[in-house]
Amino acid sequence: MRSVKNHFSLVIALLSILFSMQVFLIAERSIEAYKVNLAQNYSVIAVSKKQLEIDEILEINNIISDAKELSPDSVIERLSSDMRSANVELLKLTMPKFYKLSLTHYPTPDEVKNLKSDLLKSSSIKKVEDFSHTHDTTYKLLLLFKNVVTLFAIVVLIVTILLIIKELRIWQYKHNERMSIMGLFGAALWLRSAVLFRLAIVDALIAGFLAFGIFVYLSSSPWVLEQFDTIGINIVIFNQVDDFLLILGVAMSISILLASLIVLGHKEEV
Amino acid sequence: MDKVIIAKDLSLAYSSSETIINKVNFSIDSGSFVFITGASGSGKSTLLKSLYGALKPKHGSLVVGSVELRGVSRSRLNFLRRHIGIVFQDYKLVKEWSIDKNIMLPLLINGYVKSVANNQVDKLLKHVRLNHQSGKFPLELSGGEQQRVAMARALAHNPVLILADEPTGNLDEYSSQLIWNLLEGANSQLNTTVIVVTHNIPKNLNVDYKHFHIEYGSIHEVC
Ligand SMILES: Nc1ncnc2c1ncn2[C@@H]1O[C@H](COP(=O)(O)OP(=O)(O)O)[C@@H](O)[C@H]1O
Ligand SMILES: [Mg+2]
Repeated sequence: MRSVKNHFSLVIALLSILFSMQVFLIAERSIEAYKVNLAQNYSVIAVSKKQLEIDEILEINNIISDAKELSPDSVIERLSSDMRSANVELLKLTMPKFYKLSLTHYPTPDEVKNLKSDLLKSSSIKKVEDFSHTHDTTYKLLLLFKNVVTLFAIVVLIVTILLIIKELRIWQYKHNERMSIMGLFGAALWLRSAVLFRLAIVDALIAGFLAFGIFVYLSSSPWVLEQFDTIGINIVIFNQVDDFLLILGVAMSISILLASLIVLGHKEEV
Repeated sequence: MDKVIIAKDLSLAYSSSETIINKVNFSIDSGSFVFITGASGSGKSTLLKSLYGALKPKHGSLVVGSVELRGVSRSRLNFLRRHIGIVFQDYKLVKEWSIDKNIMLPLLINGYVKSVANNQVDKLLKHVRLNHQSGKFPLELSGGEQQRVAMARALAHNPVLILADEPTGNLDEYSSQLIWNLLEGANSQLNTTVIVVTHNIPKNLNVDYKHFHIEYGSIHEVC
């Protein structure tokens, strides 16, 4: 019971840091995945008075990943019923060409502006429709979401750092006596701090594995999967190797830093 | 005769407060048994603290077992302390450790093999008549019993020097006699130098001893 209580508070503090860190990672990944989704659905229409080669368009700005000529056939068909075929051919030749440009990624508003001006520099392109109004709104929403998540992560971080500082004081008090007594019998610094570091490392391991369990559970929970499905994105919620190593690394670093601070702050009584 | 302690013009003070020991000169022979007396507040504990390097000399020089304590390095001090056994006035037992582990502390620090250390602890628990309390924690014991644990810990690693600060201060007749016998034994059988701060020197001691008295910041030899 005693040993459980010894570990409890640091493990909880570490766990909340790890949890918010992973949630932040998941949010980042969701945003990236969502951006890919948006990029696939977002395109710019360029209107040119003469036929353009696809390569020619691609050279205008390297954010353009693909360009497709929109076939005017559907429009013309509707008109052609009461037109002579010779006229239809003429119409086809004189009509401007429409190109639908796909982009490599979801652009920032500046990238949209640059793309538009680059396109208009080309002598044959007369008009560009960038749907900038819709784009801006979506982009701002995305930014807002990202900022909210960042803010959340920072708040959790500050709260847990305060928690850990409080824990540090308790530890300092608790370990000071033993470390002093060991020092009075000539124990070297590493031996005096050994218990502390062992405790710190064990706590980091406990927190790391608890976080691992929680995220393995969450990443296979039907409810969580359903949420991501609803938004229409597919991301790695928890990478059992990379994310776990990161979590373990962060937990270790924090608790070893904590233990080192205590050792450095240790004062021998006279 | 070899000197285990040499003090020259030694002054001691806690940071920035008044001088407690003022320019004293004394030396202690290796293998001797020494009593230090003095009124309470005269600086007996302070002097002992300086002998194990917890309080650095303000002036003068203090050599303990060939280690000059003025400006001593931490590793040198650790080395020295591994050869000293201390009984503190307030015991200074580690509360979260069993009494067995407390007694084992100097053995752990001196790198004893586990099995040897365990045997030694068992032997010491018998010597201080606490083998029936094995596995208990300091706060589960009476003051006198804790004092005996502290005594056992000070003897554990067969130190060359034992410093004991009022080791029989709060003890009944039985426990006091036990402590004196152990200190006497260490001195006569292992030639350990023993320095004891006390208010009453036992009458029935079987070893020769020296007696220093502290008064008004100076030390003089009574016998
Ligand atoms: N840690 C300390 N800091 C400051 N002054 C102290 C400290 N310990 C003891 N003193 C003072 O030093 C003087 C001698 O104390 P001490 O050596 O403990 O006396 P005693 O002879 O009773 O053992 C006393 O006046 C005491 O108040
Ligand atoms: Mg005292």
